[in-house]
Amino acid sequence: MKFFFSSGHGACPGCSLPIAVKNVLYALEGKCFVVNPTGCLEIISSQYDRSAWGVPYIHSVFENAAAVAAGIDAALKALGRKDEGHVVVFAGDGATADIGIGCLSGMFDRNHDVLYICLDNEAYQNTGNQQSGLTPPGSNTTTTPAGKILPGKIGRKKDMVAFALAHKIPYVATASVAYPTDIRRKVKRAVEFEGAKYIQILCPCVTGWGINSNETIKVAKLAVETALYPIVEYENGELVRVRKIKERKPVEEYLKIQRRFRHLFKHPKGKEIIEELQRIADENAKRFGLDE
Amino acid sequence: MVRKVVRGFYAVAYAVKLCRPSVICAYPITPQTEIVENLAAMYANGELENCQYITAESEFGAASILVGASATGARTFTATCSQGLILMSEVLWNAAGMRLPIVMVIANRSLSAPLSIWNDHQDSMAMRDACIIQVYVENNQEAHDMIPQAYKIAENRDVMLPFMVCMDGYKLTHAYEPVDLLEQETVDSFLPPYDPPIKLTTKDPLTFGCYAPPHCYMEFRVVMQRAMMRAKKVMEEVFKEWAELTGRNWGGLISTDYMDDAETAVVAMGSVVGLVREVVEEMRKDGKKVGLVKIRSFRPFPTEELRKVMKDVENIVVFERAVSFGHEGPVAIDLKSALFGHCNAKVYSFAVGLGGRDIPRDLIRKCINNAIEGKVDEGFHFEGVKEFEEVII
Repeated sequence: MKFFFSSGHGACPGCSLPIAVKNVLYALEGKCFVVNPTGCLEIISSQYDRSAWGVPYIHSVFENAAAVAAGIDAALKALGRKDEGHVVVFAGDGATADIGIGCLSGMFDRNHDVLYICLDNEAYQNTGNQQSGLTPPGSNTTTTPAGKILPGKIGRKKDMVAFALAHKIPYVATASVAYPTDIRRKVKRAVEFEGAKYIQILCPCVTGWGINSNETIKVAKLAVETALYPIVEYENGELVRVRKIKERKPVEEYLKIQRRFRHLFKHPKGKEIIEELQRIADENAKRFGLDE
Repeated sequence: MVRKVVRGFYAVAYAVKLCRPSVICAYPITPQTEIVENLAAMYANGELENCQYITAESEFGAASILVGASATGARTFTATCSQGLILMSEVLWNAAGMRLPIVMVIANRSLSAPLSIWNDHQDSMAMRDACIIQVYVENNQEAHDMIPQAYKIAENRDVMLPFMVCMDGYKLTHAYEPVDLLEQETVDSFLPPYDPPIKLTTKDPLTFGCYAPPHCYMEFRVVMQRAMMRAKKVMEEVFKEWAELTGRNWGGLISTDYMDDAETAVVAMGSVVGLVREVVEEMRKDGKKVGLVKIRSFRPFPTEELRKVMKDVENIVVFERAVSFGHEGPVAIDLKSALFGHCNAKVYSFAVGLGGRDIPRDLIRKCINNAIEGKVDEGFHFEGVKEFEEVII
């Protein structure tokens, strides 16, 4: 494989981000412009004189990747260079769902020809595991720590799929690094649509989630098999495909192997949170018809 | 060339069109809005060829879109002011660091709180240190003329920096003035198409906006400073070329009147220069040795030029349109730092017309006279302020 994203970058052992990035770039055969806001991926790949990127790459600031991508799209159109490649954003969950959501909404609303990929590791992991809008309930982050009174994050994970669908963009999907062929297929499908595309990929974080570096894929799979992370695909607003689950596993199986959820098994409010997470999983299974 | 009576916003919008921008971003803010409205009308009528006009979701988004477009090799334009400029500021610092020659018009307006839509220079002064070229214009002809010059300077390979054309909100943007509108052929002969030395392209993949650890960060800052300092020479050359091309000579980084034998130099920027010039002319008729120094380029700062013209003056009167709170007026601060060790003049700095307060002719005259006659202390003063009692709660 040609080096669209070369080895020697600074990711932690077991990091899922390069898995997602390499599969996306492979699917696009490197014919793309990458926009990457500040975050883990940017820091591990774009140090001066040591760039890992074999495709044109730009990092501006934390909250503007969608707008920068819109600008590239506009420039390629104005300069008659659309055939050079697709415009792709790789952004973290904080950059996508929190600080950059205004620019993201603008880009979706104007329906720029941009593939926006949210690498969802469910917290601000570059700064050391602070809660974001995509952190799930009960997660022990440094800004929502489990304490005597509080059981980790209070509140739900923001539904960015619904947010994307509300903008009536042509293609919206979720994926997990546990299923690379699915990522590649979805990327290829996405770029068949003219306009804004959103794919949210679950990317476990070894340090933030507190998992062994050889358990990244196992955890990414369990998130799907418990129905906590439904894998869905929408075309023109219609749900066209979901990843079915053969034998849905209880959420405890997913929670117990991660340090960020471990407190739930002994905290006075832990049971309540686990029940809430199970309820969310059950709702997902019902809503998307996940159970086979 | 066609002379027409037009408003300031049209004068700059028309000049932008003649520069053949590839990407224009718009987000409304008073009193800038009419600039991008005029460009929108031109776009809707098919007058902007090979151009994308993008309505952004915020000024922050507008600046960000232009970062992406400029890095891809597009000539770009936007206009903003006040809160919008401050909202853009994070991105504009970033654009300067990435050496993107984005050209923008700032319809200078005060900052909130209290909210004010009227003119002063507090907004652009807040961007002073961002490595963005700042030129302040006196009237709408100068604003019109500055647009093609801004692109030529910003896109010069010795420079490659963002450029702010600062024109006073309302006082210029909404003023009707006769303007000699440029012809397309004139601008085409002066301004070549934008062809950046590097850009985002799949044909030659490059990484833009890298991060730099301590062992390599400082060198980036060094080259930014060098680019700013080189810009001085480029600006002088472009200004001269413009004067030869159009017959309109606006001067260099500064322009002066009656400075040859002046004992008192009066310094101003922007639209107030016209009024100050008239007062200086009146005082000359009264036999007072007063001269005018109009600062055109605030960044890069015209240090050498000011040292030269201020060498023998006794008094310097600065009219400020902003405040550096906790210190004094930003123009006098820089002026004094430039003249330190080169000039022994007393420096008087008067903040006038903040938040659009009227600047009467008599106030200008009074300030200059008070300085000459030693009736006020050296240093910083607010002028044109009502008598009022401050209540500390």
